[in-house]
Formats: sequence, C-alpha cells, structure tokens
Amino acid sequence: MAFTVEQALNWLTKSNEKIQENKDYLSELDQAIGDGDHGINMARGFDEVVKKLDGNDYKQVADVWKDAAMTLMSKVGGASGPLFGTAFLKMSMAAKGGEAVSYDAFIKALEDGGAGIKQRGKATEGEKTMVDVWSPVVKQLKEAKDFDAGLIRDSSKSAMEATKDIIATKGRAAYLKERSKGHLDPGSVSSYYIFQALSDCIEGEV
Amino acid sequence: MKKIINDPNQVVTEMLDGVVGAYPGQIKRIPDTNVVTKKDAPVQSKVGIVSGGGSGHEPAHAGYIGKGMLDAAVAGEVFTSPTPDQVFEAIKAVDGGSGVLLVIKNYSGDVMNFEMAAEMAEAEGVDVAQVIVKDDVAIEDRDGRRGVAGTIFVHKIAGAMAETGASLEEVKAVAEKVIANVRSMGVALSPCVMPASGKPSFELGEDEMEVGIGIHGEPGTERKPLASANEIATELTKHVLEDLELSGSDEVAVMVNGLGASPEMELHLVNRKVQGILQEKGVKAYKTFVGEYMTSLEMAGCSVTLLKLDGQLKELLDSPSDAPAFRS
Repeated sequence: MAFTVEQALNWLTKSNEKIQENKDYLSELDQAIGDGDHGINMARGFDEVVKKLDGNDYKQVADVWKDAAMTLMSKVGGASGPLFGTAFLKMSMAAKGGEAVSYDAFIKALEDGGAGIKQRGKATEGEKTMVDVWSPVVKQLKEAKDFDAGLIRDSSKSAMEATKDIIATKGRAAYLKERSKGHLDPGSVSSYYIFQALSDCIEGEV
Repeated sequence: MKKIINDPNQVVTEMLDGVVGAYPGQIKRIPDTNVVTKKDAPVQSKVGIVSGGGSGHEPAHAGYIGKGMLDAAVAGEVFTSPTPDQVFEAIKAVDGGSGVLLVIKNYSGDVMNFEMAAEMAEAEGVDVAQVIVKDDVAIEDRDGRRGVAGTIFVHKIAGAMAETGASLEEVKAVAEKVIANVRSMGVALSPCVMPASGKPSFELGEDEMEVGIGIHGEPGTERKPLASANEIATELTKHVLEDLELSGSDEVAVMVNGLGASPEMELHLVNRKVQGILQEKGVKAYKTFVGEYMTSLEMAGCSVTLLKLDGQLKELLDSPSDAPAFRS
C-alpha cells in the first residue's frame, strides 16, 4: 500500500490526541530529569499543527509534512521544536513529488527525518535522546517489505522503554549523570506516541 | 503555590507589555512577536547585540536592553528557548549594517533555535556571529556547561565594545574573552514553580539544599544538608576558583546573584564571605555586583560568579550602560 495525504493528516491528528492525553505525564517525566515543560511545549505545538492543517486542501504528503514542520519549529520552542520540526522538514523534502508515498519512499523519508534529528541535535545513539527511538525504529522498519502496524508499535515501544537504563550524555538530563538512569527520556516517549499514532492510522487502513 | 498571574498561558506576553510600560522611552516591542528592542534600533553602523532565552530569568533578558548593552532580547515561553522565527525578527530589527552578535546560553534548545535563526539571517545577507556562554562549573565537561549568571558580563562587555564602533569580529572576540574567563556556580534552597504546570520543579527537604543548581529548576549535581551562608559561599567560591586558576595579583569582577526568593540581606552575607576568601588569596575584587541578575522564578538560592579581568575588560566593564537592570 501507499501512504496517502489522508493518512498523513490522520497521523498528525492522532499524534496530537496522544500528546494532549499524555501532556501531564510528559511534563512529569521531564521534571525528573529536565526542566518539566516537555508536555506543555509539545501540546502547544501539536495543537497548532492540527489547527494549521485543518481545512487545507493538500495534494501531496510532502506538503502536509512541510506545514507540520514549520509549525513545530515556530510554536514548540525548546529543543523539541527544532528537532521534531527538522524531522518533518527532512521527511517532506524526501517525499516531494508524489501524491501518495510508497513504502520504500516512506522509509527513506523516516530515515532522513531521523538523520535530521541527529544532525540538528549533534546527537548519536545511546545518549538518552529521541535518537534512541528514531534510529532503532527506522532500522527495523527498513527490513520490512510493507507497512506493518504491529512492527511500528512494538519497535517504538521497546526502544522507548530501553531509554530508561541509559545514562544521559546529551540534553539537560546529562547534568544529572548517573542520576538520569532509571528515568524514561521524555523526547523518546513523545516520539513513541508519534509512532503509536502512525501505527494506529495504518492499522485503520488494513 | 500562590502566583500573581492572570492566565498562565499569557504570562510572557503580558510581562513584555509590562516591561515596555515601565521603560517606554527606552524599550519597544516588535508587534506580534515576543521580541523587545531598544527604542532607537537599529543603530546605524553599530554591531547589534541580541540575547534571549526562556522567560522566568527576569530581569534577564529584556532588562539588559540599553545603550552600552543589548539591542534586543527575545523571550521564549517560561524556561523554553524562543523559536527561530522570533530570533530572526530580532536580528532583522537591530541590524544597522555592521552585523549582529547573538549571545546564546549553552542549552541544546537555545543553541539549536538561535543557530537556525542565524542560518535564516545569513540567507538574507545579514552578517551574524554567535557566542555560546558556558560558565557553570557544576558541570565537569566544559563543552556541556550551562550558561548562567556569567552571561550578564558577556552582555555588558560585548555591548560596550559594540558602542566603540568595533567590527562584528572584534565584538565577538571580546565576548569570547569574557566567556573564557568567567565561571559561576549556584545553590538552591527551594524549587521554583512554573506558571503553566503549577508544580514545583523538584522536591527538596526543609533541611536540604541542591548544590550545582541550574537556572531552570533542573536538579543540581549534589544534594546536601542545608549549610550556613559562610559554608555556602565557601563551597561555591571554591569550585569557581579551582576552575578559574587565579594568581595573587589578579583582579576579578564578582557577582553574587539571587535566584529569585532569597533576600538581598542573605546575598550580602554570601558576598561578605566571598570578599573574605578573595582577600585571603590576594585577589582584588575590582567591582562587585550583588542582587538579582539572572533568576529562576521564585527559587531560593544564589550563585557566585567571578570574571577574571584585564585592562580591556576593566575598561569595557566601566563604560556607561543605561540598561534598566544594569546601570553603570
């Protein structure tokens, strides 16, 4: 199957729902090892994304992602705004041209999105950042042949959970050194919600 | 937690209106943004100085706008870096043809957002340089150090240098010199409460203090039993001095900065001991600043900052500033 404009819109709407539902939880996670505003910032940003997308007649998946990227960059702030914004911007650039996106093109877009996060955040795997969700998820999805809701759900869940045992070396959690261990990384948890939302909207199509 | 607010989501924008209302002759706001600038910006042929970051650090950053200091300050949400489009607006508003220096505190969000703004400005042909302040010695890894109260000295000295008509490169070089010679460390006695969440940033027992605290209520590096003013001053100064490597004849600028809820009386107690320690070492306190310069909402606690001076830095520190929060 191919990923359509409708699914792209649905993905962001569902992402927003999950982030709004878990806004307080995300902030609590951030309170433990950061500055406690992750839920607030993500909720504000994704709410704006949905508002921006609403009522527009999009012809391409890439345009949906581009508007999402620009909105996230200008409304979220903090570190999450540039990181999620860059991810969607790179995805938009990779998906340019086609009305719907094939699985291979979708994976290429996700891969570029993940690479964008690494580059913007100067981060790599194992530093207790959202890279620790994006990289393993992209790697596992690359091995599949087609959209697989279960694989997206499971790979993102286990990657998110694995951030608990990592000692942070990037972001504000790094100030805590060993004390950052035992806490989930908030940016990985919000990335997990975004992948869960993707899984949900793919499952809805099967 | 009791707060004097209206709507938690309007705190930043309402605060900026208040700041402009307090200094209408000096400061103006760019409409529909969270950017405030000098009333007469852009100043032709002078390097523009832009700083900013999350709100909640007042008087930083808008209070440092003035002749001899900042040309613009960009306010993010509470403890959240402003977004690139806002920083870009500030850059455009203060570019008088000689380029713009961005003073960034070393937090991943701030660095990313300001860098993106710099890229946008460069694409439009504005000359932009950036410096990243990292003065908090609580973090061992030098590249990972946070920017805290030492940032005020960067504003002051870069701003003074820009007034001399220096080039963007020269202003950047002197800002880098300050960054290389400034060190800070802080302690918190109570957490702060963000208006939007209404929750304390961390839990701290009645008889505890958090040493190595940042300015966002992020936990520090070590939790200890509450100590006396002399002991707190000694510990903070010790870490700062270990890192700064001063010798007998050196001169420093001292800043004892309140984090929001500690009375000035207590800050002076800390300063008293800091001065004593410097005298013992034979280091001369050339100029001392005691007060609230870079706060963390209503956090109780303080930080100690030392800036090692040379002739150039002394002269620039002494030159006039009419910024509301730093007059000299």
